[in-house]
Amino acid sequence: MKAPKFNYIKANSLRQTLELLDELGEEGRIIAGGQSLMPTLNMRLSQPNTLIDINGLQDLEGITLEDEIVRIGALTRHIDVAQSSIISEHLSLISKAMPHVAHVAVRNRGTIGGSIALADPAAEMPACALALGAIMVVESLKGRREITAEDFFKGLYETERKSNELLVEILIPVESPEDISVFMELAQRHGDFAMAGIACLAQVKDKKFKNLKLVYFGSEDKPTLAKKTIASMIGRTWSEDCCKTVTESLNDDLNPMENLQGSSAMKLHLQNVLTGRVLRTALDRAETQ
Amino acid sequence: MSENTMEITLTVNSEKITKTVPVRQHLVDFLRMELGLTGSHLGCEHGVCGACSIRVNNAVVRGCLMLAVQADGADVVTVEGLTETKEIEDLQKNFVERNAMQCGYCTPGMLVTAAELLRTTKPISRDDIRNHLSGNFCRCTGYHAIIDAVETTINNRLKGR
Repeated sequence: MKAPKFNYIKANSLRQTLELLDELGEEGRIIAGGQSLMPTLNMRLSQPNTLIDINGLQDLEGITLEDEIVRIGALTRHIDVAQSSIISEHLSLISKAMPHVAHVAVRNRGTIGGSIALADPAAEMPACALALGAIMVVESLKGRREITAEDFFKGLYETERKSNELLVEILIPVESPEDISVFMELAQRHGDFAMAGIACLAQVKDKKFKNLKLVYFGSEDKPTLAKKTIASMIGRTWSEDCCKTVTESLNDDLNPMENLQGSSAMKLHLQNVLTGRVLRTALDRAETQ
Repeated sequence: MSENTMEITLTVNSEKITKTVPVRQHLVDFLRMELGLTGSHLGCEHGVCGACSIRVNNAVVRGCLMLAVQADGADVVTVEGLTETKEIEDLQKNFVERNAMQCGYCTPGMLVTAAELLRTTKPISRDDIRNHLSGNFCRCTGYHAIIDAVETTINNRLKGR
């Protein structure tokens, strides 16, 4: 199908963008990479009054490292995140997730800020943001504010960002040298939307989990930290006994959404299987590090 | 709402073009309907099938997921452009020899996407070729032949043939 009619404004400054957002409110939609917005326009699932194109705002692009914090401009393309030496050196979880972010033609154009601001439940970057303790910086005419990942992701395509605010950058503390990152997902075709997936950061001592973060995505309405499952694995190694514990705790931690890709029960099962693989992989990597 | 239009100037296959386009028109509709470049195909029109793959500013993108007005100032290359410059002549020949096109609908997208891989200076595994082409559907399911053709082209180029 073809997109509905809309007004189109190519923004030439951040100030102008914020003024437009302030003036238009819900009527204005930001278009960055457009890799999620364009399909919904073409299918007429969204009918914005005005599209505000921010692709010309080069100040919002780029990756820098300062005081153990990686700053990623919201308009940085997935391909540039994937090829960044700062990311591969300090945020290995994101490097591991990148090959799963859609397909090459989409990565060439899609942006990390777009992925996080949209908060698609199957997207990889929101899960990584939560696992890594990222801070989202949003700006409006009133100024900037910083929102932690815990507070930012509120539900299905729902975030703490207000309609007059623009996500301008993402701040992520570098991983600790002790951190082991594991990223896994299951999709029908490589690069397609995840049915189930886990972003994991672990610290292992004497083959036991000392610290653990398990963020589940794909099955839930938003990236979800599995608190009971994490608590049940701290101080333990992986063994067959863990299967039962993890199955029980995941049942409490997760509440998978049913969709065309599968039932709630099937997705819970997939997350359960992935959990075992992720934890065993983390322990294996600890051995070889 | 009346149809909003905007004037754009861009380079398509090395030719500078200025046109007034509806702001809601996506890039492949512009190429096909305004410029008559029907080599880029529209399959799903929502970014899943890859038939509309084109090169914008030296990177392969989904042509249906970009507005024509967003290509203002850009350098766009379609399968017609790649054919004229002979950049993928060997790939096209290997597609024919290996019978890597059946109905041909996915072929332009496959060629434009695979063209990125041909720039490699080191060998690429079949798995990597598969991953690179994972965003392009062939509904005739001729994937093995397509990967064979891409692999042969890369290997021949690395051998200097």
